[in-house]
Amino acid sequence: MELVNKWPKYYKQDVVTHYCPGCGHGIVHRIVAELLEEMDLGKQAYLVCPAGCAVLAYRYFDFDVIESAHGRGTAIATGAKRANPKLFVISYQGDGDLSAIGTAETIHSANRGENICVVFINNAVYGMTGGQMAPTSLIGQSTTTSPAGRNPDVDGYPLHITDVVAEFPGVTYAERVSVATPAGIRKTKKAIRNAFQTQVDGLGYSIVEVLSACPTNWKMDPVTSCKWIEEEMVKEYKPGLLTDKREERRKEKG
Amino acid sequence: MDKVFTSGNHCIAEAAIRAGCRCYFGYPITPQNELGEYMAANMRKVGGVFLQSESETAAINMVIGAASVGTRVLTSSSSPGVSLKQEGLSFLSGFEFPAVVVNMMRGGPGLGNIAPAQGDYFQATRGGGHGDYRTPVLAPASVQELADLTVKAFDLADKYRTPILLLGDGMMGQMKEPVVFPEPITGLPEKPWALKGRGDGASRYHASLILDSLEMERHNWKLVRKYREMAEKETLYELYMMEDADFVVVAYGTTARIAKGAIKRARKDGLKVGMVRPITLFPFPDKILQKVARQVKHFLVFEMSTGQMVEDVKMALDGLQTELSFHGRPGGVIPTPIEFSRVIHRYYRRMQK
Ligand SMILES: Cc1ncc(C[n+]2csc(CCOP(=O)(O)OP(=O)(O)O)c2C)c(N)n1
Ligand code: SF4
Ligand SMILES: [Mg+2]
Repeated sequence: MELVNKWPKYYKQDVVTHYCPGCGHGIVHRIVAELLEEMDLGKQAYLVCPAGCAVLAYRYFDFDVIESAHGRGTAIATGAKRANPKLFVISYQGDGDLSAIGTAETIHSANRGENICVVFINNAVYGMTGGQMAPTSLIGQSTTTSPAGRNPDVDGYPLHITDVVAEFPGVTYAERVSVATPAGIRKTKKAIRNAFQTQVDGLGYSIVEVLSACPTNWKMDPVTSCKWIEEEMVKEYKPGLLTDKREERRKEKG
Repeated sequence: MDKVFTSGNHCIAEAAIRAGCRCYFGYPITPQNELGEYMAANMRKVGGVFLQSESETAAINMVIGAASVGTRVLTSSSSPGVSLKQEGLSFLSGFEFPAVVVNMMRGGPGLGNIAPAQGDYFQATRGGGHGDYRTPVLAPASVQELADLTVKAFDLADKYRTPILLLGDGMMGQMKEPVVFPEPITGLPEKPWALKGRGDGASRYHASLILDSLEMERHNWKLVRKYREMAEKETLYELYMMEDADFVVVAYGTTARIAKGAIKRARKDGLKVGMVRPITLFPFPDKILQKVARQVKHFLVFEMSTGQMVEDVKMALDGLQTELSFHGRPGGVIPTPIEFSRVIHRYYRRMQK
């Protein structure tokens, strides 16, 4: 009998996860590791992990990893990729990291069309620091810093940063996906594969936003969390392709 | 190699390229814009990277990225911009990544002004960001020294795996002098720790996060040992007219240049004045000050600030029998040699009483 579900080559074996049960980070980690193996990119991979729950990603990833100060992932990725274009560079970031403290770095690395991939985990809260309101939190969503629910009068509106950068000419590929269902997980893998291929082909910036559960801070069990993504989160953040300029880019490059 | 006539800011950029620096990230701010502009014009010609970042914060984090893969990398700014770089300096120190950071100081606090000042001494020498670390600081006092110390900064950064600050001011950056550039380097030191992709080897990571407090403590002490080793081996200073001096001026950078003019005048009037000019501000040349204390009766510290290096001098002289006084002109005021020679006269007369 053939063994179908193999341990990914670029995922360490001797570690116990620190992620909570039902957390989306682990799913996306596995997808990243699988793709690096399938696309034969692990040997030259360089991943920037964020300040956020994924700060310990290097415990799991078995390729080169650097940690970033909160929000600065795409600046570090820019420096590394510019200095050594042979590296395959990924910036892995949370929603607080990428769309609050790192907004300037996100916008400008995207606008420069850096040839890097951004994996953006949107769980609508600051997971690591205990579930505070994020720029991405839904209207009415109760968090430790919006206990009565996010009120746009005082808290502003959910920030759609991937939609914003998708408008930029420098952003070649942008897609929003969710890991709340098996079908969504398959789509996520496909989207990240496209993003990775964009960099391999030298076509510029790609970003995949992944709607991802944080059961602990949402104060829901994992199953209810996935339902909440499918029923509530997708209303605000509609999954789908946001931009795909790969053909244009290819023509420009000749 | 021929002499060329060049400004301090251009000089650092050219010396950096010759030192093998292949990445420059920076954000415009007066009085150091010419440095970035020189890089914009010349870095790509040698196959290097010039990138005008969206902020100094972004620039220093790009520096981290480039340093992490083993590239010699430079960023430059002036006071307000260097405040924004403190986050990255703390991380560079934690990661133990080499990089060179230039601060051409201006008057402050706040936006202050664009005139030369020395008000960032504390920030530079104490480790201006968070956490238990320090940054080695080189303080040139001529355009030639800017060239030499730029090359040295890259070497020290690689040797000790630490960010190095090159601390000048608006005057250092803007003034033009003849300079002989060093020959371009031919090879870079090996950096086995740099991330190059795991290839067929084992994967690696760099993290400043050390959750185990005992391990964090070990890391803190490791950094201290490194700084101690630098203090032993790398401390630099200049002695000026010290042979027979019974009165010594302590000044660095621009103020040391002004002090030289003042000392020449005082010497003409028969005053036995000399100078110790710290070239490394951290590690601070305290041993030579202690030695000089046996020879002179009075120390006069001269700074373009309200008194920052004077604290290091005080610490160096702790417990020794000497007099110490301070003369400061903060805010971007450039004192003249005549003014300072009067100050020397005043304290000299007092010392003789
Ligand atoms: C400069 C700075 N400010 C604040 C923090 C504290 N902090 C660490 S992670 C984090 C938020 C993480 O949220 P997110 O990016 O959404 O990632 P998640 O944990 O949800 O995956 C914050 C505020 C920090 N590390 N650095
Ligand atoms: S707090 Fe949330 S994001 Fe962090 S590990 Fe737990 S479930 Fe995942
Ligand atoms: Mg989050």
